[in-house]
Amino acid sequence: MMFSGIFTKSKTAIRNTAVLGLALLVIVNYADMAGYHVEIDTHKMLFFDTFGLLGNAIAFVSTLLLVLLSGRDMEKIGNNLAEYFALIFFVLCGVAIVTTFNTLLMLFLGIEIISIPLYILTGSDKRNLKSNEAALKYFLMGSFSTGLMLLGIAFLYGASTTGTFFIDDIWNQRPQVAPVFMAGLLLLLVSMAFKVSAAPFHFWTPDVYDGAPTVFTSFMATIVKVSIFVGFIRLFDEAFGSAQQTWQIFVALIAAATLFVGNITAVFQQSVKRMLAYSSIAQAGFMLLALLALNGIAKEGIILYAAAYSLATIGIFAILIRMKDYTFEGFNGLARKQPVLAATCTIFLLSLAGIPLTGGFFAKYYMLTSVIASGHYLWLVVFAVLCAAVSVYYYFRVIQAMYFKDGEGTTEREPSSGFKGLLVVLAALVILLGVFPQALLNQLSHFIYTW
Amino acid sequence: MVAVLLILIPLVTGLAGFFFKSEGLAKGWALLSSLATLVVVLIGLGMARDSAALHFDCAWLPELGSRFSVALDGLSLILTLLTAIVFPLIFISTWRDKYSKPWNFYALMLLSQAGLLGVFVATDALLFYFFWELALIPVYFLASQWGGERRIQATFKFFVYTFVGSLLMLIGIIWIYSHTPDHSFSIKSFYAMHNKISGKDQTWIFWLMFLAFAIKMPIWPLHTWQPDAYEQSPTAVTMVLSAVMVKMGVFGLIRWLAPVVPVGFWAWGDTVSTCCIIGMIYASLVAIKQDDLKRLVAYSSIAHMGLMALAVFATDANGMQGVMIQMFNHGINILGMWIVVDLIERQFGTRKISELGGLASKAPGLAILLMIVALANIALPLTNGFVGEFLLFSGVFSSAATHYNVVFTCVALLSVILAAVYTLNMIGKVFFGNTNALTSRGVDIKFNEKMVLAAIVVIIVFVGVYPKPVLELTKETANFLLTSMNYKP
Repeated sequence: MMFSGIFTKSKTAIRNTAVLGLALLVIVNYADMAGYHVEIDTHKMLFFDTFGLLGNAIAFVSTLLLVLLSGRDMEKIGNNLAEYFALIFFVLCGVAIVTTFNTLLMLFLGIEIISIPLYILTGSDKRNLKSNEAALKYFLMGSFSTGLMLLGIAFLYGASTTGTFFIDDIWNQRPQVAPVFMAGLLLLLVSMAFKVSAAPFHFWTPDVYDGAPTVFTSFMATIVKVSIFVGFIRLFDEAFGSAQQTWQIFVALIAAATLFVGNITAVFQQSVKRMLAYSSIAQAGFMLLALLALNGIAKEGIILYAAAYSLATIGIFAILIRMKDYTFEGFNGLARKQPVLAATCTIFLLSLAGIPLTGGFFAKYYMLTSVIASGHYLWLVVFAVLCAAVSVYYYFRVIQAMYFKDGEGTTEREPSSGFKGLLVVLAALVILLGVFPQALLNQLSHFIYTW
Repeated sequence: MVAVLLILIPLVTGLAGFFFKSEGLAKGWALLSSLATLVVVLIGLGMARDSAALHFDCAWLPELGSRFSVALDGLSLILTLLTAIVFPLIFISTWRDKYSKPWNFYALMLLSQAGLLGVFVATDALLFYFFWELALIPVYFLASQWGGERRIQATFKFFVYTFVGSLLMLIGIIWIYSHTPDHSFSIKSFYAMHNKISGKDQTWIFWLMFLAFAIKMPIWPLHTWQPDAYEQSPTAVTMVLSAVMVKMGVFGLIRWLAPVVPVGFWAWGDTVSTCCIIGMIYASLVAIKQDDLKRLVAYSSIAHMGLMALAVFATDANGMQGVMIQMFNHGINILGMWIVVDLIERQFGTRKISELGGLASKAPGLAILLMIVALANIALPLTNGFVGEFLLFSGVFSSAATHYNVVFTCVALLSVILAAVYTLNMIGKVFFGNTNALTSRGVDIKFNEKMVLAAIVVIIVFVGVYPKPVLELTKETANFLLTSMNYKP
């Protein structure tokens, strides 16, 4: 992929190669889920179970949709189109590792493989000062958090009775938790929370998401965040699942802070792009509820949340990229000029807000149910629900601008009918997930309890 | 089958209605669809109460324990009948109103009807929640697109207020569901929980679900969204909101809250009843001071709904039947009031009482019909309002659930007197007296509008003189309620 830029100057050919590669990934992943393996000995360091493979599937399909929708917009960022696609593929490699890791070293490797191309992609708009600043911020804070992760891994290695990195062996039936173990666990929690932009480790997110070229913001806010969450859940379930009492309170506090910060700050934004950045923090807060509960419902729920959230956000960002003006006023009157765009945008926003009939509703429903089923932390459920009501305010601001205000909101150039058609397909998928979420989850229910 | 048809007809016709590009076609289509729904309800009414055609049950989300199950029993029949009668009357009476892009307007109205009917027939808690929210979305778009000047803020406040309530209700539903032994959302499982949830838990579960219903009705002090939302919405939408949607709150109380957490119900009964009577007196007093017709009727609606909520918490056999019949009556009566407001506004371009006067001499037909509707609102004997309110007051007075029944009754009766004050005051100023420059050009109402008001008057007088069929319909539900709340062996 990387070298295709040498062979051809044609942007379309490069883009098509990328699409082909992604399609291949999706097919191969599906084949793996269906049972056709190519045996590669990974020394038990990667474990391809249904949970991980479903996480992969969502990431790959989302990236495919992203490239199909916004591939052309990547050309405007700079000259190195082939390299951008290549970096995306590298990130996907990291995603595949993070969703299926079985040992802490693999987790570290996967996180790094995800992060480093992202640093580059954030700064890829070389002539824009904001992009450069965003890349530097991301790089500095990201490296710091990775350092913390490495320290945490070292502590866990030292605290484990047999000196192992394998996550199922770390706990090893010890009757009580050693301080070193706790230190390692907390450091890992902090560094992973940084990666998914949970408060109070989220301060990099608005600037980085705002400064990066919007296509890559879309990629970061959806695919990367979602797959790191899958890894997050995997880590805490396998490695620390039996010690739940010790760390649950921390996760609850982080979740509450994330929900609060994400929703309240999003209310005051003037730019839709920054609002979406904060909204992704708020959505991460909801996903943290699954981490808190860690039962079967939570794992099903995180998969559904990943799918619903990715589809809706990719759709909104695809529309945002085409807008002339990124502020709320820039959306005024869009319904008159571009009815299809406005209608699909409304469906995506309703899904993010959690209105029934959209996938987002069932996603939030699963998150709430998983915590209620666990029996504790009901205060967090009520708090989460109140924050969801706050989120309605800023999501509906866009709907109001589009439909009920008069203005000159329009896109930079007329979107092609392929673009509109794909948006309609995305919206239909969101509604399908909202009426029959089992379509996605049936795959999971069979295997989730034997994990 | 009947119940499913009730939802399907407006849903399908509503979705199709978006594509009609002609105003006349859109209006005719909407009217036809609402009449078809009315026919289906009447057929359902005629069937035997336990006939199989009134139920429908099919698998929807088996892993979640939720089924698509709908049923029509006495209570649902009354409310679906109300909805089915109200919508054609709305369409006929607002035939002359002009909207931009009317096909969208009528399609959204039909979709809101589908949502409302779904709420009344759902017998699965998750499905009930689904329809509860779905009834809200079309109304939000309707009011925001075609409303008055401050419509965006007013409707948004209405939406967020209601949404917060609904989400809290969702938590309550999920909590109860997670404690059902068979992990199911069906109404039977929920009813079976009424003596399985501990009294202590019931006290806070009650609030989680009650807040949603209290916001909907609305009950003081959660009513602040209502006058603005009613005033800023186009009058057809206000008719839907006031005549049908507020009944969703009382319906939820009777159907989903009282039988499931009866201890919580009884524990907080006095608190809620106090809020109700404060709301009734407060709203009536404010209504007396109103100059805008729409706000006056809006506040009167708060007062009437407060009385219904009071009677539900009084938990008496007569009171319960009174609530169910009064839901129907209030829907019809308030619809009549809103139609009059709409007619006045359309003709004279103003809703201010101070700018109107002497309409009776110019529009005698309107005046006569309005008098009867207004007297029904004041609960004069021979009108349906009297039947309902008599049962309600009798229920509150002989209530076994509270020590303060005499106090509640007396204070509530005050609000009836105040209702007479503001209604007759309004009629006196608007219809009688001298005509002024604006109203001297008034003409009487047209035939279709007369027909609609006449239909309403006929229902008022019929139910007022012969309420037996309606009471028969509700007797079973009232008995069931009292049994499951442990007031009857």
